[in-house]
Amino acid sequence: MATTAAAPPYVSTHEASNTGIWSWLTTVDHKRIGALYLVTALTFFMIGGFEAEIIRAQLMHPNGTLVSADTYNQLFTMHGTTMIFLAVMPLSAAFFNFLIPLQIGARDVAFPRLNAFSYWVYLFGGLFINASWLIGAAPNGGWFGYAPLTTMQFNPGLNIDFWVIGLQILGVSSLAAAFNFITTIINMRAPGMQLMRMPMFTWMAFIVQFLLILAFPVITIALVFLQFDRFFGTQFYELAAGADPLLWQHLFWIFGHPEVYILILPAFGLVSEVLPTFSGKPLFGYPVMVYSGMLIAFLGFGVWAHHMFAVGMGPIADSVFGVTTLLIGIPTGVKIFNWIFTMWGGNVRFTVACKFAIALLALFTIGGISGVMHASPPADLQQTDSYFIVAHFHYVLFGGSMMGIFAGIYYYFPKITGRFLSEKLGNWHFWLTFIGMNLTFFPMHFSGLAGMPRRIYRYDAGQGFDVYNLISSYGAYLLGFATLLFVWNFIRSWRKGAKAGHNPWNAPSLEWSLPSPPPDYNFAAIPTVTSRYPLWDHKGNVVDYHDGDQVKSAKELGIPMPLSTIKPLFTALFMTLMFAGLLFIHKHNWPMAYTFMFGGAAGMVISLYSWLLSPLE
Amino acid sequence: MEHHGHTPTTTGLDNRKVAIWAFIGSECMLFASLISTYLIYKGRSVKGPFPHEVCSPPVCDTVMKPILNIPVTSASTFVLLVSSLAMVLALAAVENADQPKHTLGEKILGNSKLWLFMTALLGTTFLGFQAFEFTSFVHEGLTIRTNLFGSSFFTLTGFHGAHVTAGVLWLLTLLAIDIRRGLKPKDALIVDIAALYWHFVDVVWIAIFTLVYLIH
Repeated sequence: MATTAAAPPYVSTHEASNTGIWSWLTTVDHKRIGALYLVTALTFFMIGGFEAEIIRAQLMHPNGTLVSADTYNQLFTMHGTTMIFLAVMPLSAAFFNFLIPLQIGARDVAFPRLNAFSYWVYLFGGLFINASWLIGAAPNGGWFGYAPLTTMQFNPGLNIDFWVIGLQILGVSSLAAAFNFITTIINMRAPGMQLMRMPMFTWMAFIVQFLLILAFPVITIALVFLQFDRFFGTQFYELAAGADPLLWQHLFWIFGHPEVYILILPAFGLVSEVLPTFSGKPLFGYPVMVYSGMLIAFLGFGVWAHHMFAVGMGPIADSVFGVTTLLIGIPTGVKIFNWIFTMWGGNVRFTVACKFAIALLALFTIGGISGVMHASPPADLQQTDSYFIVAHFHYVLFGGSMMGIFAGIYYYFPKITGRFLSEKLGNWHFWLTFIGMNLTFFPMHFSGLAGMPRRIYRYDAGQGFDVYNLISSYGAYLLGFATLLFVWNFIRSWRKGAKAGHNPWNAPSLEWSLPSPPPDYNFAAIPTVTSRYPLWDHKGNVVDYHDGDQVKSAKELGIPMPLSTIKPLFTALFMTLMFAGLLFIHKHNWPMAYTFMFGGAAGMVISLYSWLLSPLE
Repeated sequence: MEHHGHTPTTTGLDNRKVAIWAFIGSECMLFASLISTYLIYKGRSVKGPFPHEVCSPPVCDTVMKPILNIPVTSASTFVLLVSSLAMVLALAAVENADQPKHTLGEKILGNSKLWLFMTALLGTTFLGFQAFEFTSFVHEGLTIRTNLFGSSFFTLTGFHGAHVTAGVLWLLTLLAIDIRRGLKPKDALIVDIAALYWHFVDVVWIAIFTLVYLIH
């Protein structure tokens, strides 16, 4: 088939129902939901980035006066919460949505309406938690929300209530999506798409869904305890009643460490798609990549207490968690080497997507090595709660997850929109991001080792932090500028970018056999898969279902399509209102609390029954 | 949701059945967190009432008996176990709805409405036992705010009770569908999924009954 040639001049058969706001509110098409996730998550990424810029402006010079201590607490809490739950996870979800059905040869996910529900819950949850800014009571207990610091006694405002309730709402979204994707991958693969033929992104997505369904219930319970302590006077985190001061930390990190892999494995998956394509070679060691992903996920549940070395758990626990943490470096290192061997001897095309993927290899390795350093409890005691840790997790989350996601965006933008992102602007974006990221976070290793603690809103001059903070702040401004370039590129290219054909990068997996953007039914005929790289095996010989210049509509092809429906949106909305009612308990405004909670619950149940009793197609 | 048979699945199982298993896996972690917390906090309450021990002054104002009533809870456990049997019969009745029924025994066993109703009724009876237990605890001076035992006990068993309540509503929904149009063998799947959930909730209760009530 034509690979890098101009797009086929097909006319997409948009029906009236496929345009306009209403079509977006009612869509159940996984590709459109993926696009909604992408745009929403990028918006939250900008908000979280803006919060970071204020933080860096405050810390640029000693004794900064831009914001108060209280505002600073809200800023770093919301920066972390936003980036993790509202930006990186949903950016991964955008790719899960868009890619999983295309990569396994399915027409949609297993439960299209549940998929729409997941998105709307995410949007409303994100809006809810950010609404706290409007009343000046944004969450202020850190993204980890350590109890008892977050109990009513020490944090009496509405801040923590927004956080607790917001995370509960977002948890519903993640869990519903995870059940959906697990079912989709297990049950909707095209004939011949054996598990060990699935594209690596789908594999990593599959593993991540298991992490989600096993880790999220634990934080749900930790949050329920906190909520009950704050609202109903239970004593889960009440030290005077004999409570264990570490209960929250254990529950939180049993969720929190798998969460780290929830954030990074999708990016690993994206890089595993990008590098083989631009190296013109199959992924090196495919089975080992799968098994190392599984091993990372499995070990990820056995390392949580390395976040807690400083609390004094004793030599046995410290040793065990130190060793498991060192172990997890092995499958991760295997992945890095496999990507290097994938490029080795290939004709590497240095597109922007490829550069971001290579940047992940380099930067994630730096973050991984500093991670191995604080796997050792004695070393960790020096580094914990210092800027060294901030440097470490930004190298793995920005240098890892975000670089991988940017690689994925540049790589898949043509498939999503039918147009390329500008490579010229993209190159500027890449280099400024790469330089800005290192300028921002590399000096934090030194300010941290010099003793600068995390989460302080200002520091005195002359402690050896000044120059590092100055460099970090300039780096952050550069990073902000680079991100604005990206946003400009994204918006402009969506409408005016150069048109892309089916397979503009000469890629091997099924999604590239479809038009860009793919028709709503994806595959006119479900393909039969005979290898891991179907388009490379059949190069020039791809089953082409184009009828002349026109992509046929689902109706013409007789493919039953799920009906658009507003019901998932309403169910999500009423559920959010139900949760929001809990806020009034804080003010002992019981009439309002009951109105919201029972009204929301009734609306939710009615919408849900109406949804479940109406036919899908 | 109606099932359309036009897309065969990879495993041959219905999507909903795969999803309910994933959901149950997730629920295991939910209850594991609740049960672990209960066990960690066992014996850490600084004042009574306590689950198994007598509490005397000065820790408690008056002498308090062990609060857990094992004979009554054994009865409610039995009720919930029997409800699982009724659930099995309800599913079997729906699967065999097309079979001709001659004897009275066949007619009773093959009556899906009866067994769905019985399952929901037994579930409701279990909830009644729980309401009785909760109120009597409150009268004896144990609320969710009293001590760590109260907080972790009421939260754990309350979460389980909420799951039973959701299950009863689900069963009543199936019963309403059965009464309106009659459940046929092709509907066995939606009953099967509800049954999986119901048995899971039952199994969780066996864990709770053993770990909370029986083991001192």
